[in-house]
Amino acid sequence: MRRENLPQMHGAVRMGYFIFRRLVGFVLTLLAVSVVVFLAMNVLPGDPALNILGIESSEDARAALREQLGLDEPAVFRYFQWIFNAVQGDFGVSYSYGVPVSELIVERIPMTLSLAFSGMVLTTVVALVMGITAASHHKKTGDWVVMLLSQLGVAIPAFWLSMLLVLLFAVKLRWLPPGGFAGWDDPLAAMRSLVLPTVSLALVQSAVLARVTRSSALEVIRHDFVRTARASGFSRQRVLWRHVLPNALIPIVTIVGLQFAALVSGTIVIENVFYLPGLGRLIFQSISNRDLFTVQALVMMFAVIVVSANFLVDIAYVLIDPRLKARTE
Amino acid sequence: MVFTLKSPALLSCALALGVGLASSAVSAKSSVVIGMQQEPTTLDPTADATASIDGIMTHNVFQSLTSVTEDGKVIPDLARSWTISDDGKTYVFSLAQGVKYHDGTTFDANDVKFAFDRAMGKDSVNPSKKIFKPIESVNVVDDHTVEIKLKKPDAFFLFNMAKGDASIVAPESAENNKTNPVGTGPFRFDGWTRGDRLTLAKNPDFAGADSVAIDKVVYRFISDPAAATAALLAEEIDAFPGFPAPEILPQFEADPRFTVTVGSTEGEVILAMNNAKPPFNDIRVRRAISHALNRDEIIDGAMYGRATPIGSFYPPHGSAYVDLTGVYPHDVEKSKALLKEAGVEGASMTLRVPPFPYATRSAEIIQAELAQVGLDVKVENVEWGFWIGEIYKKQNYDMTIIAHTSPNDMGNFARGKKYFYGFEEPEFTALWEKIRAEADPAKRDELLKQGQRYLTDQAVHGFLFQLPKLGVYNKDLMGFWQSSPVLFQSMADISWSK
Repeated sequence: MRRENLPQMHGAVRMGYFIFRRLVGFVLTLLAVSVVVFLAMNVLPGDPALNILGIESSEDARAALREQLGLDEPAVFRYFQWIFNAVQGDFGVSYSYGVPVSELIVERIPMTLSLAFSGMVLTTVVALVMGITAASHHKKTGDWVVMLLSQLGVAIPAFWLSMLLVLLFAVKLRWLPPGGFAGWDDPLAAMRSLVLPTVSLALVQSAVLARVTRSSALEVIRHDFVRTARASGFSRQRVLWRHVLPNALIPIVTIVGLQFAALVSGTIVIENVFYLPGLGRLIFQSISNRDLFTVQALVMMFAVIVVSANFLVDIAYVLIDPRLKARTE
Repeated sequence: MVFTLKSPALLSCALALGVGLASSAVSAKSSVVIGMQQEPTTLDPTADATASIDGIMTHNVFQSLTSVTEDGKVIPDLARSWTISDDGKTYVFSLAQGVKYHDGTTFDANDVKFAFDRAMGKDSVNPSKKIFKPIESVNVVDDHTVEIKLKKPDAFFLFNMAKGDASIVAPESAENNKTNPVGTGPFRFDGWTRGDRLTLAKNPDFAGADSVAIDKVVYRFISDPAAATAALLAEEIDAFPGFPAPEILPQFEADPRFTVTVGSTEGEVILAMNNAKPPFNDIRVRRAISHALNRDEIIDGAMYGRATPIGSFYPPHGSAYVDLTGVYPHDVEKSKALLKEAGVEGASMTLRVPPFPYATRSAEIIQAELAQVGLDVKVENVEWGFWIGEIYKKQNYDMTIIAHTSPNDMGNFARGKKYFYGFEEPEFTALWEKIRAEADPAKRDELLKQGQRYLTDQAVHGFLFQLPKLGVYNKDLMGFWQSSPVLFQSMADISWSK
């Protein structure tokens, strides 16, 4: 933000302006996403009516269904009708499921959010511990072991790892269920169901983050203030976690923000392997069913999640680094 | 949320989920957990062709006038008996009495008329609307008697009336069957958590309820074959009647906890050729391709040997089957000679493959086999929506691989040039009309044999193999069909041996 344009603004007003600008960008992004999805779904060959009634169905039944679904209207008309309803909170009725799209999404959100959230927490914890450990043992065995592990983590595909985990913990040891999610009505069962998917999702992601944490921490460790802190008698662990880590956070938070988006899309694969009733499986099925409204709403929702994550990262920068805050004032 | 399970059901499901081993103990006597690859989108078999809707709903929740046994024989269901007039055009059904829908309303002849009129009507979106086409009128004679008049005799009428598309739905509930199905069958709909599971509970008011051994049926939806395998091995599910991966079967066969069955379905897998498009409009080219195919190699490679080869378009378990697999023996030289004669040596063509394992695996082998006779085949893997839009609707393809899973579907070859086969021969169309109208089973079989020979002679497509029905079951679970002539099997036949 250039100072000369806003000479008299207070910090709070400036923050308000910042958020307003982000919101406008946000709405424009969503609008662009909706146009792209709509065009893509219309350009893709396929026919929802044929999908629903099957290839042995007769043409007059398909024509009747197209009329019922409103597919006989021109595409542009359908698009504006959809936008008009969507701004009023009505995302339409799914072609293939025959129920409001919002109902479909609400049913599945708890699953996907639980998984993405637990995946993110585990990713961050594992990565920070591994990264800081590696940095503090720079060029020693600890570093070497952590780097080898993270190299493996980056190389192993998540779906393969999850199959191994299932074979060991669900089939062989019978400690955990091999898949499925019955909802949060029974919290213990829900958490048990989430263990293997979370681990599969987080291990690969944390491998990437651990490497970033390590190099960022190594960067900071070389600074004079670290040596000063050590010299003034603080313990090694205290210096690492209280002095080095906070100063190394900026690149880590940037990657976490990017990873959250990857994590949300990673749930698509994990939900299939663990047959979890989440949004990932829903979007997969909806695309192949040419279920326009469902795909439209879901893609926009994923866009909201990703844009919000980036927004939170921006805010986090200011919180982490007081210098950035000073610069905006 | 509308589809959350009622709490006792949820509790036991949660228990089953949470305590891996205990799930089999919980289900051992009266409930069964069935794994399914495809999840239904809606629950009304009269409005959506998704196979799993029939698999779950038909003859469990809904009943039809007739039903079908494992060997394809038509048996009474809601119609307890019937008479057929001498000209084969008038059917009089006498209906079961004292039957109630799951919502308490009474079943009678008016429901039959309603269900048929709804399926036949102008606004009908019934996926099998064509099975109702021969019907001229449905008349209520009295509360328990219905008379159906046909425009012309239809040999498949009673068989077709067993289908889920011909479920007898009630005027009071038909509108909501998509999400809350109400029928007369041995099980009532109990709950559905989309993406996870669907539960049916025994209907205590069903006439034959005493002989129904299972109190609760839970369907779990697991599309990934590896996940399905893990779920079976962990005893999380008791049965997988449509197991997707033949390569994993040996593992179950070696495990004493399981029974493995390999049966037949109505699905003929074909290498479809676009007969309307050069060079496939030339019979020499089609015959050359038939000679180039080595079915044993395809079955070994794509289905791990678990399928029966076919030489025409008719299932090997059917009563009219003739073995025509020897008509075009695998013969590279002959194939090359035919291609040379047709002037298409070394031609390039595409093979567009839908995303089904039987198709994608067969495609690679067929590509190599056609390369041996000098044809340059490009394999394009396409997703299902694309297949429907481009290949099926627009006929925009050279070759594809597809299973035709409907019974009695030889009529596909009489659907004219606009059907994606691009095949039209008046001789065959006339033959199919005769087959449809022939009421005498022996004569009909004779005509069906003629039909098979005709299609083989024309080498319309490369006829590959009959899609197998692979089942993996807990060894104590009894009553599942090995083969399936239809998309459904009633869970009223299932029981635990201990």
